[in-house]
Amino acid sequence: MSETKHSAKLVITNPQGLHMRPAYLFAETAAKFNSRIEVIKDDIRIDGKSVLSILTLGAGQGTEVDLEVTGPDATDALSALVDLVSSGFPAETEAENT
Amino acid sequence: MKFCNFVKSEAIKVDLVAKDKEAVIRELVGSLTDNGQLKSDEQENIIQAILKREELGSTGIGRGIAVPHTKHPSVNEPVGTIGISQEGVDFQSLDGEKVQLFFMLISPPDRPGDHLRALENISKQLQDDMFCRFLKQSKTADDVKQILEEADNNQFVS
Repeated sequence: MSETKHSAKLVITNPQGLHMRPAYLFAETAAKFNSRIEVIKDDIRIDGKSVLSILTLGAGQGTEVDLEVTGPDATDALSALVDLVSSGFPAETEAENT
Repeated sequence: MKFCNFVKSEAIKVDLVAKDKEAVIRELVGSLTDNGQLKSDEQENIIQAILKREELGSTGIGRGIAVPHTKHPSVNEPVGTIGISQEGVDFQSLDGEKVQLFFMLISPPDRPGDHLRALENISKQLQDDMFCRFLKQSKTADDVKQILEEADNNQFVS
């Protein structure tokens, strides 16, 4: 089992930032993987599988965060999460941006 | 954003009578409206917007806590309040637990930063078990106000 750490820099692009719905979508995607998933903003490091923890980042549009994924399915997890964030959370629509 | 900047303490309900999700939302929006924090002709519209948001996925985030919310053009700044149900209400939460503690938030659509900062504060404080336990045990709105003031003064988390 590989314990290699995979990481990526992400910029929050959706205008509403990481509010509750995107935080939920992020945590839901993260929870599909066995790897440990952490999001780092400045000196804060949080569990990427926890909606509440993601909300504590208060990450608005343009915020840069680091994503660190460690575990057996780290490559897939990293790729899924990078896609989700860089696509601006497509499951959200303008009318549903709460 | 501190609690005192968006929680309308006159609208706090420490003994919700509501027994289901829609009734809780109606009771808290009603309390904000009765206290002049929301326009009465927008009341039903706001309730429907919050219910619609719940349909996308419950804001019951687990550990007996829910954050029902919406963005609505009838408010100029984030308007929030707190409800406590002694029995707990089924809110289709992520962990299946009944919800005792409700943080309701209505934010203006054109100020996403304020909405995020209000959510940031709520979520930071909710990570503290003592904060949650004290709130759930509150018997009066004054108890809740005092806990929120302590939270605003960083007495729970920094």
